[in-house]
Amino acid sequence: MSEARERILGGIRNALGRGQLDPNTQAQLRARLAAHSRNLIPARATALDDARSVDLFIAMAEEVQATVARVGAFSAVPDEVARYVAAENLPAELVAALDPNLDVIPWEMRPLLRIRRGRAEAEDKVSLTPCHSAIAETGTLMLVSGRETPTTLNFLPDTHIVLVCRCQIVATYEDGFDRLRAERGTGRLPRAINFITGPSRTADIEQRIELGAHGPRRLHIVLVEEDRVTASVEKSQQHKGAER
Amino acid sequence: MLATSRNFEANARAGLADDNLQRALGLARTGFPLRRRLATERLPEFEELREEGRAIKDHTLAHLDFYLELYESNVVASGGKVHWAPTPQEACAAVRQICRSVGAKTVTKGKSMVAEEVGLNEFLEANGITPIETDLGEYIIQLRHEPPSHIIAPAIHLVKEQVAETFRAEHHALDPARSLSEPRQMCDEARAMLRPRFLAADVGITGANFLVAETGSSIIVTNEGNGDLTQTLPRVHIVMTSIEKVVPTLEDAATLLRLLARSATGQEFSSYTTISTGPRRPGDLDGPEQYHVILLDNGRSALLGTEFRDMLRCIRCAACLNHCPVYAAVGGHAYGWVYPGPMGAVLTPSLIGIEEAGHLPNASTFCGRCESVCPVKIPLPKMMRHWRDREFAKRLNPPVYRSALSLWAWTARRPALYHAVAELAARTLGWAGRYRGRFRSLPLANGWTAVRDMPAPEGRSFHSLWAERRK
Repeated sequence: MSEARERILGGIRNALGRGQLDPNTQAQLRARLAAHSRNLIPARATALDDARSVDLFIAMAEEVQATVARVGAFSAVPDEVARYVAAENLPAELVAALDPNLDVIPWEMRPLLRIRRGRAEAEDKVSLTPCHSAIAETGTLMLVSGRETPTTLNFLPDTHIVLVCRCQIVATYEDGFDRLRAERGTGRLPRAINFITGPSRTADIEQRIELGAHGPRRLHIVLVEEDRVTASVEKSQQHKGAER
Repeated sequence: MLATSRNFEANARAGLADDNLQRALGLARTGFPLRRRLATERLPEFEELREEGRAIKDHTLAHLDFYLELYESNVVASGGKVHWAPTPQEACAAVRQICRSVGAKTVTKGKSMVAEEVGLNEFLEANGITPIETDLGEYIIQLRHEPPSHIIAPAIHLVKEQVAETFRAEHHALDPARSLSEPRQMCDEARAMLRPRFLAADVGITGANFLVAETGSSIIVTNEGNGDLTQTLPRVHIVMTSIEKVVPTLEDAATLLRLLARSATGQEFSSYTTISTGPRRPGDLDGPEQYHVILLDNGRSALLGTEFRDMLRCIRCAACLNHCPVYAAVGGHAYGWVYPGPMGAVLTPSLIGIEEAGHLPNASTFCGRCESVCPVKIPLPKMMRHWRDREFAKRLNPPVYRSALSLWAWTARRPALYHAVAELAARTLGWAGRYRGRFRSLPLANGWTAVRDMPAPEGRSFHSLWAERRK
């Protein structure tokens, strides 16, 4: 295989009319990489204060058929989840991420909600996950994989409920990357970063948009105004530090 | 895939006469351009972003060897493996070797144009491995044994009645009396049919929209979520991609992502954009145990040194197809290979040779819409002209065409003679058509007059009128 590698790289250098890059140019390219400098960022999201960022996030998410419920505190989440599954005529059985952020929620207030923690299986109908960041620019959720946040939760069940803390809302994708780097250092990325913008859809038959092609038919966002993730985020950072 | 680009003229004629195709294309030619326009109008920075997208790609291509080596080292550091494939045969062989090493029987596939380019499905079938396309459009055409007709909407050539007919013929186990009149019902049926396939597959193969050098990641952009199920559920994930997909940083990818969905479907952002880095990590409850990347060259590196280098900026958004009057009239199958429309008219001769694909760069009115909507500003008409030059230089056109072109060129290089001939022709035709104002038939022009009248000139050539006005 290394012969194939040399054929391709040699072919590229040949076509570019040069040998390997000189050390100076290589150093410049490395500096470009290390800088993580941003290209042009649309003003739409960056020029906003906090409250208007939240409004933009909600408006953009709703435009792509996500539903959004705003609640004041984590203690109100069980009621909202119970209300939502009842309103949508869904079973009161959830599979939820193992993320300790979900532990701060008083689920015992709604004893009829049955919650299993783990990855999603074929028969799971409703999942509940935290998110890493929420991108106001396009109403996009940014979720990252990890031992406490299996990726199957985001795609297998018919209905995906995502908890967003107000403090997680940022302007752009680049802000999401910066938050990730701030937590993990410049090392490896998580195995999967999922940017999710509305529920699954297809327009492959006569360009008619239908929701729920293969992924979730419904994406429900529960936006919590209260800032309660700080403690548990620190805890999960310790975990991730140990992993590295 | 066996190319039929040589038969473009016959293919195009068949397309024009196909009522279903014309109905299906009618929906596409209004929908896509309208949605793109609305999306770009909402983003005042769109034109500047195009310039940045072009610059990012140019920068990467100028240092492609560096970024590919960096990319590979980061894939390896995250536990994955890169398989370099100079040719389609080597790409297919790498996939076979991986599939055999895990005893794979079925493979689920997300949409990948590179997989089409190397003929992966036929290859897997010939080797006793069943490929299952999971993108709805790809699934439909796989059942129909057809190639894709569009790079992001592979079944765009079909109307819903044809899809229903295919599902009835192929989904034997279902109630024959079920209703299949609406796309909703067909989506649900495909979802139900494919779900167990996702869960049972041994290997998942996706393409990549971008590769990120600094992190060793692959990025896929989908709306259905099929790509994510394909790459999350099986034990092995294979990314089937090509060398020009690499970009330096996540920030560079973000800029190109802002261009991609808006140019392609007119969405602000596609439903799912996924950045994958290596196999599952210790303690993870899901994700593939193995992560492989097949990096195909297939003639791309050689293009870097030619006048077709700009083509390697292409991010496969299909805006050029969606805005092309020729594509909108004849559909994608007429082009006879994997990549149709203006980008195909440039790329196909590069990949399979101008001898086979000479018709494609000629199938253009040079209206320039493709270039004006390209998110990375590829000068598509200019490159089609380069192909026409090469075709002429290689003496591939028919002798009559060559003689006529040579005669015209000889005349056009002699302005005095050219003006005299043009003036004479304009006067003669103007006089001959003075009563009806048009011709039903004309010698040497029956290619035109067979299907429509030729308007008669006013009687003077433009040059003589111009000369008169300037006095």
